[in-house]
Amino acid sequence: MIRDAMLVAAKDLRLERRSKIGLAQVMPFAVLVLLLFAFALDPDRNILRQATPGLFWVTVLFSAVLTLQRSFGVEAEDGILDALRLSGMAPAGIYLGKVAALVVQLLALEVVLAIGVAVLYDTRFIGIPLLIGVSITATLGIAAAGAVYGALAARLRSRDTLLPLLLLPLLAPVLISATRGFEVSLERETVSGWPWAALLGIFALVYLTLGSVLFRPLLEDA
Amino acid sequence: MESIVHLRAAVALIGRFPALAGADLDVDHGEIVLLRGPNGAGKTTLLRVCAGLVSVSSGTAMVLGEDLVRNRAAVRRRVGMLGHATFLYEDLTVTENIDFWARAAGATVPDGRAALDRLGVASRLWSLPVSALSAGQRRRVSFASMLCRRPELWLLDEPHAGLDSDGRDVIDDLMREAASVGATVLFASHELDRAGGVAHRSVTISGGVTVPDAESFDSVGIADLADEVAP
Repeated sequence: MIRDAMLVAAKDLRLERRSKIGLAQVMPFAVLVLLLFAFALDPDRNILRQATPGLFWVTVLFSAVLTLQRSFGVEAEDGILDALRLSGMAPAGIYLGKVAALVVQLLALEVVLAIGVAVLYDTRFIGIPLLIGVSITATLGIAAAGAVYGALAARLRSRDTLLPLLLLPLLAPVLISATRGFEVSLERETVSGWPWAALLGIFALVYLTLGSVLFRPLLEDA
Repeated sequence: MESIVHLRAAVALIGRFPALAGADLDVDHGEIVLLRGPNGAGKTTLLRVCAGLVSVSSGTAMVLGEDLVRNRAAVRRRVGMLGHATFLYEDLTVTENIDFWARAAGATVPDGRAALDRLGVASRLWSLPVSALSAGQRRRVSFASMLCRRPELWLLDEPHAGLDSDGRDVIDDLMREAASVGATVLFASHELDRAGGVAHRSVTISGGVTVPDAESFDSVGIADLADEVAP
């Protein structure tokens, strides 16, 4: 299973390197959203600084939907879902490989967005360890849940519009927890932010387990 | 000897439509069997059933000794399928595709390269993305990715489609070679003149039902079948 996961993750990252969809389309989209928030909310940056955690994670969620659509869109083309079923690879391995590649892409995106909010919103990151902990657990949760719903929607003609409808409500707890964790790491509050990171870790763990079990039926014909 | 493919009254539904409506079929070890019939007859569905991709809702379906009614996933690793789709990632190069599918199936990278050579895919094309290939070249790469799996049962849907004359000859040779070393080939084709020269026998399917032997071309022989469609 681990071998299959590594094979699929390497393939997905190679696909991204070749197509440059993330670099040329998703990242500019994410930066554009940050910029539009800046135009819309506050030219003198006070509101923006306060709203940074929420705006950051809303932007991550929107960008994650695009990344997921791409990740599962390529599997739905030219019979590749059938080829994956015929390959003999463990479905859980395919799932974990897709999740790993998504995590790498989303973390890279978050680094760019962090630079973006520092420049555009004048945000200063103070609690770096917490920031990293929240980012990793939240990203894992987004990727783990997203891969389940990405696979579910992959065979459907309406997948591009259906996926955000299915996924975004489900990720509301991630948005809330990650935003609260970020607020603490930016010293907006004095209480410790690590419980939020732990909550995000539990969410990720639940979906990783569910996805590993459910991916086999999700790969099959409806 | 146990049949490689044994279907009795097999029914397969696509949605609510019975694409297979009680098909009977026996294919023995080392046979090359041509599946023929009009468009929509159920040829592709029958091949997909044998690959374990479509479930059998009633009847008996045994492939390579596996009961597809109970566990259709069990047979998948042991079959090779070439369908209308290429099963290739457009943005990856030829070798990246072949390496991925070879390793996914437990084969090696050299197995994949050897298969590309065997299919006559020129090495200058290997570093190109699949999106830059012609339809015929894609077909050859797709066939190579199937070949490197060393399947026990070949399931080919219109294997000659989109290929030039040399490519068609290569496919015919590969089918004969596969059968000679103990693999079994079941293929669907509308090109009866060419297919008739390769197949040991044919089976006709119409309306999701296989035609009994007495009415099929089995009774007249495959050579007569080729003569019948020759211009």
